[in-house]
Amino acid sequence: MAEHPTVHAAVAPGPGRAVPLRRTRLQKLLENTTLWRGIVAIVGFILFWEVCSQWKGWFGYQIPWIGKVAPPSDVMAVWMDILPQPGYWESWYLSTFRVFLGFAIAQVIGIPFGLALAVNKYFRDVFFPPFEVLRPIPPLAWVPAAIIFWPTTELSITFVTFLGAFFTIVINVLGGARSIDGRYLRAAQSMGASQWDLFRRIILPGTLPSIFTGAAVGMGITWEVVLAAEMISGGGQQAGGGLGFFIWSSFMGGSIEQVIVGMISIGIAGYLSSSAIRYLGSVCMPWRRLF
Amino acid sequence: MQQPVTPTANEAPGTPATAVGKATVELKKVSKSYGDEWERQEVIRDITMVLKAGELTAVVGPSGCGKTTLVNLVAGFEKPDTGEILLNGKRITGPGHDRMVVFQETALLPWLTAYKNVIFGPNLRGDMPRAEVKKEANRLLEKVGLGEFKDKYPLHLSGGMQRRAELAQAMINRPLLLIMDEPFRGLDAMTRELMQEFFSRLFEENRRTNLFVTSEIEEAIFVADRLVVLSNRPTTIREIIDINLPRPRTFEMLSSPEAYGYKRQALEILHEEALKSFNRSGDQADFVEAYSKRMG
Repeated sequence: MAEHPTVHAAVAPGPGRAVPLRRTRLQKLLENTTLWRGIVAIVGFILFWEVCSQWKGWFGYQIPWIGKVAPPSDVMAVWMDILPQPGYWESWYLSTFRVFLGFAIAQVIGIPFGLALAVNKYFRDVFFPPFEVLRPIPPLAWVPAAIIFWPTTELSITFVTFLGAFFTIVINVLGGARSIDGRYLRAAQSMGASQWDLFRRIILPGTLPSIFTGAAVGMGITWEVVLAAEMISGGGQQAGGGLGFFIWSSFMGGSIEQVIVGMISIGIAGYLSSSAIRYLGSVCMPWRRLF
Repeated sequence: MQQPVTPTANEAPGTPATAVGKATVELKKVSKSYGDEWERQEVIRDITMVLKAGELTAVVGPSGCGKTTLVNLVAGFEKPDTGEILLNGKRITGPGHDRMVVFQETALLPWLTAYKNVIFGPNLRGDMPRAEVKKEANRLLEKVGLGEFKDKYPLHLSGGMQRRAELAQAMINRPLLLIMDEPFRGLDAMTRELMQEFFSRLFEENRRTNLFVTSEIEEAIFVADRLVVLSNRPTTIREIIDINLPRPRTFEMLSSPEAYGYKRQALEILHEEALKSFNRSGDQADFVEAYSKRMG
């Protein structure tokens, strides 16, 4: 057959050809140009920032905007001071906990809800219009109402975080399930699939990519929302803390370095969360991996 | 004459090639329209024909005529408005695994490996012992030349390989009728020729009744026992041409005077039909149709 690839032939060492050395994982990592570009970009950015912030001290002229920002060396120094403090880690813990709780509830309710909207016309006719009216309301606009609805501030924050992810997840699941290629359904039908088979073997796996897209976007929104909610709710007796409150109290205390530490912490937390989702996605959907 | 590649070389010995049930399919005055009242579009009008047992009936027609609708009707995905379709004398009322469709482009499930796609149907119905399913799936994958690619996902297979996996997926269900809806569309010319040749060998081996829809006349002549030429919408049968070329088919036969004759005959009809639709441009025709409906 013409399409049989000749990989084996290419790997086999011919006469006069050196056997290619097996490279270690570390060697491969060091040769990874994408990784190097990333490192160079981040280091370059920090250097640029340092120079711009120090411009006034070195050359006597303050660069507008960026000149007012504390230099990274100061930020690092403050960070090193904060790092051993349990309060800082508690902020991390509180925000992460809220994000994952709100996010998890949004997944647990949002995925079945989206699938139900997709497969059942009656359900869609009844629930889609109110859903579409509520969807454009920004999660933060819910904060005052949430504070009234829910007995504790903690619950209000969780609720608002949940809303942040919920709408995105539902819309993605609905869109994904509705755009499944009709030929898959027809092919399965002619092979004798029941309605339940169609749902379990075609619609569910077919929606998986959209579920992960929704999760990645939703995760970003929950981080945004939780921070804002924490800033608004403040550090009261009931609830509070979290990275949002950390930033806000640092701002009130006049420590721009600490504000930046908080900001970078969120950046790292968000990056770690979305990496986790991407990783989970590639584990659950091996068929989409490109070699 | 050069002997073509035989894809059946790794066929398991002792497999009876004739152990395949065959269907006779009769279409009786079948019509189909879409839309309601005002926007009613008649797609198929009064099609009557027979797909004879063990024959390959190729269907060609101008683009946009109801070829795919015809496939959907015979497959049972849609119901005719009037008329009926009989399979071995029994009326077709819905999809079933006695009729397998090989779709345009690929309809392999992207989240299953080639092997799991092949065993999908039998495992779904549970009408075949697991061990037998496994054996049969491996045999068929070998046969279509995908033995070493059975654990690959469709995304990682070439277009030709996907099409062959789909043939295996269809055949494991032991359909009485195989329906192919422009199966080799989207393949490059070289792969397409190889697939046509491969498919012909496969068909000649056990002569399973086949409905082969295509827009390529040469492809149709190469594979067919009978060639049905359709008209523009509303689609009717313009001509049925018996293709009396010897089997096994080779590409050299396409340059014989007979093949040339068939091709000319079919092309003339298609040309006429193309001109008709060209002269009667869309909007104007729609208006006339709507107007006459209102008057009538």
